[in-house]
Amino acid sequence: MAQSEQEQVPGAPPPGGEGNGWRKEYWSKNLRLMVVLLAIWFVVSFGCGILFVEQLNQVVIAGFPLGFWFAQQGSIYVFIVLIAVYALRMDRLDDEYGVSERNDDGSRS
Amino acid sequence: MSDIQTWALVFVALSFAVYIYIAWRSRVRETKGFFVAEQNIPAVANGAAVAADWMSAASFISMAGLIAFLGSDGSVYLMGWTGGYVLLALLLAPYLRKWGKFTVPEFVGDRYSETVRSVAALVAIIVSFTYVVGQMAGGGIVFSRFLQVPQAGGVAIAAVVIFAYAVFGGMKGITWTQVAQYTVLIVAYLIPAWAVAQTMTGIAVPQVSFGQILAELDAIGQEFGMAVFTEAFTARPQIDVFLVTMSLMIGTAGLPHVIIRFYTTKTVRGARYSALWALIFIGLLYTTAPAVGAFTKLNMLQGVQGVSTSALPSWVANWQATGLVSVAEGTETIGTITNSADDFAAGQADMFLNNDILVLASPEIAGLPAPIVGLVAAGGLAAAMSTAAGLLLVISSSASHDLYFRYVDHHASERRRLLVSRIAMGLAVLVSIYFGINPPAFVAQVVAFAFGLAASTFFPMLLLGIFWKRANAIGAVSGMIAGLALTGTYMIYTLEVFGTQAHEHIAGVSPEGVGAIGALVNLIVTIVVSKATRPPSEHVQEMVERIRYPAARQVARSATRAAE
Repeated sequence: MAQSEQEQVPGAPPPGGEGNGWRKEYWSKNLRLMVVLLAIWFVVSFGCGILFVEQLNQVVIAGFPLGFWFAQQGSIYVFIVLIAVYALRMDRLDDEYGVSERNDDGSRS
Repeated sequence: MSDIQTWALVFVALSFAVYIYIAWRSRVRETKGFFVAEQNIPAVANGAAVAADWMSAASFISMAGLIAFLGSDGSVYLMGWTGGYVLLALLLAPYLRKWGKFTVPEFVGDRYSETVRSVAALVAIIVSFTYVVGQMAGGGIVFSRFLQVPQAGGVAIAAVVIFAYAVFGGMKGITWTQVAQYTVLIVAYLIPAWAVAQTMTGIAVPQVSFGQILAELDAIGQEFGMAVFTEAFTARPQIDVFLVTMSLMIGTAGLPHVIIRFYTTKTVRGARYSALWALIFIGLLYTTAPAVGAFTKLNMLQGVQGVSTSALPSWVANWQATGLVSVAEGTETIGTITNSADDFAAGQADMFLNNDILVLASPEIAGLPAPIVGLVAAGGLAAAMSTAAGLLLVISSSASHDLYFRYVDHHASERRRLLVSRIAMGLAVLVSIYFGINPPAFVAQVVAFAFGLAASTFFPMLLLGIFWKRANAIGAVSGMIAGLALTGTYMIYTLEVFGTQAHEHIAGVSPEGVGAIGALVNLIVTIVVSKATRPPSEHVQEMVERIRYPAARQVARSATRAAE
C-alpha cells in the first residue's frame, strides 16, 4: 500500500470531516479514555488500598482482609488490566482515525 | 556452606558468560544504536528489559523483608512502584516515543528551552548517580555473602562485566542483557517462593495461599512485640501512606532511566505494549514478594518461639556469621524481635533480623537444595547489574549528548560522538565503582531524594509539556525550581544528611512523601507563570500537536481493509 500523506481522499473514514477537525475528535476521545482509566486507577489504589482500607478490612475473603488484599495484591492486577485496556482501545482508535503505524504492506508495525 | 558456594559460583559464572556473549553480539557502530538501541526492540523484549531495569538489588533482596516487618503499610512500596506504570503508559511513554530522539533532557530542550535542557541533564545525572551507588554496593554484598569475595572485589567484578556490555553495546547491549537478566532474576525469585508456599499451605501459588496464614501471623507477631500484621497505618499515619504511595508512583513515572527504555521500541504502539509487558513482568515479582515475606516471617517466628537459645533452628547459626541475624547475649528464650539494628543495640529486643534475610534464607528454611540457593545469588546480581547499567546509560547520554556536545564540541562527527559517549560511559562506571566500594554515609537516605526529585521536577514538566500547549519555558523553570526547593528543603529539614540535624515530621508527612506535594506545587507554579507570560512559539505548539498522533493520517486504508 502506498504511504499516502494526504489528509483527504474520497472514501475516507467518516470521523473528522474537513481539514484537521479529526484531530480534535481523536484527541478528546483519547482524553476521555484516559480520564476514565485514571479514575479507576485512583479509586482502586488510593480508595480501596488507603482511604477506605479499614472499612474494607471488615470483610475477609480466603483469609485476606479485603482492604489489605487491594493494597498488596488487587491494585497491581487492576493496574495491569488498565494498561491492557488502554493499549487495546488505542489500537482501535488509531485505526478508526487512520493514524495507526503500518508497514509498507499494510500490516501493523 | 561450601556446597552452596560452589553452586553460586557456577550460576554466577554461567550468567556472566551469557552477558558477555550478548555484549559481543550487540556491538554498535552508531550513536542511534548506542543511545536508543536503533529503535528496533520488540515490545515483549522491551517489557522484560524495563522490568529488569526497574527492579533493583533492593527489590530483589530487601523488599519482601521490608514488607514483612512493615505489615500492611508495606503496600506503599507495592502500589507505589507498580502504579507509576499506569501513569507512564497513559501519560508519557507513547508521546515521548513519537517525538523519538535520544534523551529526556533533549525532549525538554525541544519543548521548552536550551537552559531547561541543561538543568534537566544535571538533575538526571544527580538522580542516577545517587541510585547507581546503591546498586553497586548491593552487587558487592551478594558477592561477599555467597562467594566470600571481599565486597570491594565483588563490586569490581560486577563493574567489569557491566563495562563490557555497556561501553561496547550501549543501549543495545544493555537491552538484550537486561532481557537475560530478567529471566535469571525472576526464575531465582519464583522457584523458592513456590516451594515455600507448597510446604506451608499445600498450594504452590503464593499469591493465593498466603491468605491462609495471615490470621496466624497476626497472632504470633503480637507475641513477639510486633504490630498486627494486617492492620493498616501501624507503621505510618494514613496521610503519609497516601503521600508516599503517590510520590513513589509519580517518581517512578519521572525517573529518566525508566522513561528512556520506551524510546527503544519500534513504534508508538510498541511503547504502549511495552508498558503492559513491563508491568506484567514486574507484577509477577511484586505480587509474590508480600507472600514470601509473610511465609518466611511466620516460619522464622514459629522456629524460634518458645525454644531455648541453645536449640534454635540451624539457619540462625548459619546466618549469624553474616551479621544478618543476632541474638542478644544472656537471652534464654526469645521474647521480642526487631529489624532495627539501633533498637537491638539499645537492648530493646532479644533478637535482630535484617530485612534481607527473608529472601536470602527462604530457600534454606524451606529445605531447598543448594543449587537453588546458588541461583538466588545469580538472581540478586542480575537485579543489581541490570539496574546499574540502565542508570549508567542515562549518566553517559546526559553528560555527552546533552552537555558535552552542546557546550564543548559543537561539530563532532558521528564517529567522534560515539567515542565520546563510550568514554563518558567508562568514566561513569569508574566513578560508580569508587562510590560502590566507599558508599557515602548518606546513601540510604539519598534514595528517597531520587524519587522525590524525579517526582517534583521531571514528571510535572513532561506531563504539562505533552498535555498543555500553553506551558512555556519560564513557567517550566519556575515550577521546577519551586518543586525542587520545597522537596529538597523539607528532606534536609527532616533527614540527617550532610551533617544537618533531623527535625520532627510536619503533620505526619515523611521525607519520602513530600515529593507528591513538590509535584503539585510545581504544577501550580508552572500553570500560573505560563499564564502570566507569553505562550510558546507556533513551532513548539506544532511539535506538541504532532506527538499526539502515532502516524500521519492514512485515509486510503479503510478501502484496503474493506477489500480484505
